[in-house]
Amino acid sequence: MMSNRSRLAALWWIPRGLIFGLMAFFIFGPLFNMLLWTVTEKWYFPHALPLEYGFSAWGRVFAPRGGALESLGNSLIVAILTVAVSLALAIPAGYALARLKLPLRSLILLAFLIPQAFPNLTVYVNVARIFYEIGLNGTIAGVVLVHASHGLVYAVWIATAAFSAIDVELEQAARSIGAGALRTFRDITLPLAAPGLLASAIFVFLESLDEFTGSYFVGAPDVNMLPLLLYTAGSGGNYQIASITALLLLVPSLIFMLIVERFLKADVLSRVGR
Amino acid sequence: MPRRLLGLLLVLPALSVIALLFILPLVMSAVGAFRVETGWGLGNFAKSFDLYLNDILFSVGIVSLSTLLIGLGAIAIGGYLTLGAHPLAVTILRWLYRWPMFIPFIVVGQILRTFLAKNGMMNNTAISLGLMTPIDAVSFLDWRGIVIAFVWKQTPFVALLVAGAMASVNREGIEAAVNLGASKLRVLAEIIVPQVTATLAVGLILSFVTMMSVLSVPLMINAQSPTMLTADIAFRVNAYGDYGVANALGLISLVLASSVAWIYLRISLRERA
Repeated sequence: MMSNRSRLAALWWIPRGLIFGLMAFFIFGPLFNMLLWTVTEKWYFPHALPLEYGFSAWGRVFAPRGGALESLGNSLIVAILTVAVSLALAIPAGYALARLKLPLRSLILLAFLIPQAFPNLTVYVNVARIFYEIGLNGTIAGVVLVHASHGLVYAVWIATAAFSAIDVELEQAARSIGAGALRTFRDITLPLAAPGLLASAIFVFLESLDEFTGSYFVGAPDVNMLPLLLYTAGSGGNYQIASITALLLLVPSLIFMLIVERFLKADVLSRVGR
Repeated sequence: MPRRLLGLLLVLPALSVIALLFILPLVMSAVGAFRVETGWGLGNFAKSFDLYLNDILFSVGIVSLSTLLIGLGAIAIGGYLTLGAHPLAVTILRWLYRWPMFIPFIVVGQILRTFLAKNGMMNNTAISLGLMTPIDAVSFLDWRGIVIAFVWKQTPFVALLVAGAMASVNREGIEAAVNLGASKLRVLAEIIVPQVTATLAVGLILSFVTMMSVLSVPLMINAQSPTMLTADIAFRVNAYGDYGVANALGLISLVLASSVAWIYLRISLRERA
């Protein structure tokens, strides 16, 4: 027979179950609602569930004139180029911040946080004005530059942490047996920092894929991206297309976030922002 | 070449991107806010307060309420992860609470719009459980929807930071207090939370700034009046090409966001003195 104590402990699962159940409902309910909309043919008030299921919205989204393929393509191109630009800027900067004695080092690190620490809407409005003057508005290059300025904080901070986590003696050993500075960097430092750099690339990629405000002011209406398609479909009341687009944006975020812990090791993580 | 110069040369390209694409436009918006047709003046601010005073107060109210709820939620989650008695329950919560953090704001806006609508899943579930009748169903797509969206998305982020800080609080003090008969709620409020206020404040300030600049959530959940300042800025630019008032509203939201950071700095400096 159960003792009173363990019976009391089992009773605790009633409030726990209620609270966890409510949390799960509020966390997964909206996601489940979105999944239902992606396979809905007919659904209107006051029916609690769709009246007809089907995949016709998927056909419309991926039809040549549906706009999704173009938006998906643009979003991927912009995200990949943003990663390339950010890493090209962040690898030298991160190496210098980690290895070379820089004046005002912590101030420089802090400068990359500025785009995350100020409300950025008016900034994008004014970037759009500058870009309009120099012909960058409504171009892929313009959107890439805006996304890169926003993603640089991840790229530079994680790259700096990745480089400082590498043992200096390995580089010194390579130098002492005759390797030049560039060769040492290419053959020793860069491969050792690669997992950390890959993690920073993932963050920049996701930041670019999900970015709405900058794309809205700098890209639209010439450069169509997935978040913009989601916004226009949603405001037009087309919840099927909006939900399918939302799902397309959601899947890479979830996958990358689940695997990023493999690349971001504790030795790098503990140095981020230092 | 001296190492310092080489280092600066390597950092310069990245820094100039920030300077040209963020700091320059930021300065432009601050300057542009004072630019009126006849030269310089406060006309844009007069117009902003005239037209959008309600929205300014609405934004401050929404973001403050959301920040408060996010703080309470983060403390509750972090506290349970730190003090929770049952390992299985702690594991379930650890797995459960993080999900919204990974979901982009634009998707949050869309999925909560369908969830909180009059015929959305929240009302439908309550009706089918017999908790209310279809006639009582109301849409939550107003100020409540914005608050729910912000709390939904930002609580996990602050909770993650707070739980990390709570995990490094000295266990001996906690165990001593529990042994002396203090309730867990009291241990949380009087021992743990005071030791993680710095982390909590950083997380809440970052959330405050983020919420002040999110455009997609107010546009998708509640674009009618009163609405958030971000929606007004977008409207001013897109409908009227009125950069003066847009910049003034931007500067107002910047001042609001930095005053929060300033209050925090004052408090933390006083504590250290």
